[in-house]
Amino acid sequence: MSTLTDPPVESFRLSQLINDTRYRSYTFQFIALLCLIALMSYLGLNLVRNLAAAGLNISYDFLGKPAGYDINQRLIEYDSQSTHMRAAVVGVLNTLLVAVLGCVMATVIGVIVGVLRLSKNWLISKLMAIYVEIFRNVPVLIWILIVMQVFVAILPQPRDFRGDNATASMVLDSFAFTGRGFYSPKPIFGDGSAIVIAAFVLSIIGIFLYRAHARKMLFQKGQMLPTFWPSIAMFLVPTILVFFLAGQPITLEYPELKGFNFQGGIFARNSLIALTFALSIYTAAFIAENVRAGILAISKGQTEAAASLGLRPNRIMNLVILPQALRVIIPPLISQYLNLTKNSSLAIAVGYMDLTGTLGGITLNQTGRAIECVLLLMLFYLTISLAISGIMNVYNNAVKLKER
Amino acid sequence: MKRTVILGALTVAGMAATVASAGTLDDVKARGKLNCGVTTGLVGFAAPDANGNWDGFDVGVCRAVAAAVLGDPTAVEFVPTTGKTRFTALASGEIDLLARNTTWTFSRDVDLKFEFIGINYYDGQGFMVPKALGVSSAKELDGATVCIQTGTTTELNLADFFRANNISYEPVPIETNAEAQPLYLEGACDVYTTDASGLAATRAAFENPGDHVVLPEIISKEPLGPLVRHGDNEWADITRWTLNALIAAEELGVTSANIEELKAGTENPEINRLLGTEDNLGGMLGLDADWAVRAISAGGNYGELFEKNIGENTPIGLSRGLNALWTNGGLLYTPPFR
Repeated sequence: MSTLTDPPVESFRLSQLINDTRYRSYTFQFIALLCLIALMSYLGLNLVRNLAAAGLNISYDFLGKPAGYDINQRLIEYDSQSTHMRAAVVGVLNTLLVAVLGCVMATVIGVIVGVLRLSKNWLISKLMAIYVEIFRNVPVLIWILIVMQVFVAILPQPRDFRGDNATASMVLDSFAFTGRGFYSPKPIFGDGSAIVIAAFVLSIIGIFLYRAHARKMLFQKGQMLPTFWPSIAMFLVPTILVFFLAGQPITLEYPELKGFNFQGGIFARNSLIALTFALSIYTAAFIAENVRAGILAISKGQTEAAASLGLRPNRIMNLVILPQALRVIIPPLISQYLNLTKNSSLAIAVGYMDLTGTLGGITLNQTGRAIECVLLLMLFYLTISLAISGIMNVYNNAVKLKER
Repeated sequence: MKRTVILGALTVAGMAATVASAGTLDDVKARGKLNCGVTTGLVGFAAPDANGNWDGFDVGVCRAVAAAVLGDPTAVEFVPTTGKTRFTALASGEIDLLARNTTWTFSRDVDLKFEFIGINYYDGQGFMVPKALGVSSAKELDGATVCIQTGTTTELNLADFFRANNISYEPVPIETNAEAQPLYLEGACDVYTTDASGLAATRAAFENPGDHVVLPEIISKEPLGPLVRHGDNEWADITRWTLNALIAAEELGVTSANIEELKAGTENPEINRLLGTEDNLGGMLGLDADWAVRAISAGGNYGELFEKNIGENTPIGLSRGLNALWTNGGLLYTPPFR
């Protein structure tokens, strides 16, 4: 009878830090970290010492002082007497606005193009290939400038709407597309409009509940309920009904040509539109490739199996292919979102006041505090990027293949 | 990732590591070249020509200083700077002198620790509008869309002007003059505002300059001048008096044409002191007696530089205006050379 003896417990020896492969990597990483810290502190100290020698110091006092300049687009209250800090926040919000709009639009375009590029229709797939190649291979700054130039040069300016023989006119008397931006009517909420809004919100919730119900029916009983038309109907009918029953409490304020510009209504600046549009069509070309790669990664057998069950092509795509492709698509999609957000710092090329325009542009220039501003700028972008990455990773974990 | 961090930090610290202590003159002499910060290219003030030689009004100051200190007007390393990088470049010691249309303001002088050595161009901010708008005063601009070159003092003046007059405007910030021009011409903004000299230069380049008017209001003072770092008084004196020598030369009638003849000695003691034949002003600066002769010979006196680069006979077409000598009703006035 043989007895099993435990292997002798190895005592840790200092030489293992070098000789044992299990520890060696940690040893070197630790040494590298120490070197890095030493280098950084040397550089940091050097910077502080030299600044002190030049009679300068690192100071963020300027953030509390009045900025003195105006920003055309602001999502929060701001005027030239507000602080530099507030100007920076206005810039952050503008950056986020472009990032969110751009990411949504880029995703929609990217998914459509990516799917269409795999189309069996020769013309469509080649057109999409051309789009992707052109947009991927020309720098985004060039696209931003081109789009802006097109807006400014092709669309009429407010002066063209003026006078008896105006060369431009408003669409339906309520929308004006000018080289300065798009003007559209603005809803004015009167008494009783709360009911209409409540009805609208309720019908949105209703749509989600209905779709959840339809999905449950499909999974449990194999019964397929239509979702598209009922959703549209639920979206429109109750709100419109309540709107008229409540006596049309919401009215519209139309843009009007007054003085130098159109006044009233909602104004979307061409800088915002051009920047968002340029960033999203550029990023969409990359996303399209991610989508294509994701779809190609799914075995053709999946399509054939689904087809043999009698599913139609769009159902195959929505129910079988895309859900599986998502786990391939989402990780690179996260970096595309990050790219788009960081590329939005090119905004100044079209005069859009994003974070780089306010904190990294005017504030830096006016205060001359370059090191402070750039550090702060890095901090803001780092935070934004990490936040996007974090949120998207949560989503990735939610949709990735569940393995049991 | 780590590497990027290191490189980034190296750049920041590297810039600071070269901060020059007092002794810029010795540094420049040892180097044999003057590092002079200029714009990235503004025709008339500083721009490289087809052969890559920098030329212009601000460049003239750099060359004069190089000639005075090193005896060679071509011993200049021109460092193009943008509105954003100019102060960092100077503070870090990357350049010895910044000659770049920079407005002398309190905070730049005091808070940023720079030393403005004088004013080489007196400017003010103005407005240009298309004639067709029928506007005759800047106070009628309520609700107008205004194109501005961002990151300059003009932005602050504009905000103050509209605020003081209780009228509103829509700012369209644009980074460079070249980008703002088409926007203004296409009508994406009603008004273009910048320094009056810039407006004149811009308008002169239009196809129909007559269709545009510069409004009478000048809403700010923009004294543009070269600057150096705080704390090196010897160097500040050299640059300051080189600029003064150019202005004094015009006042005294010393030009690049007659300087050879005048430096032999004249009846006028101030010319003699300037050109080093009497007293030894150059020695007090730590230079030799001929410093001003070389500075003036480099590109001519102030008036010659002006006429050659931005004057009425150039495409820029600026009249002397405030920049005439005090004896001609302008503001140029240099302390005496004695």
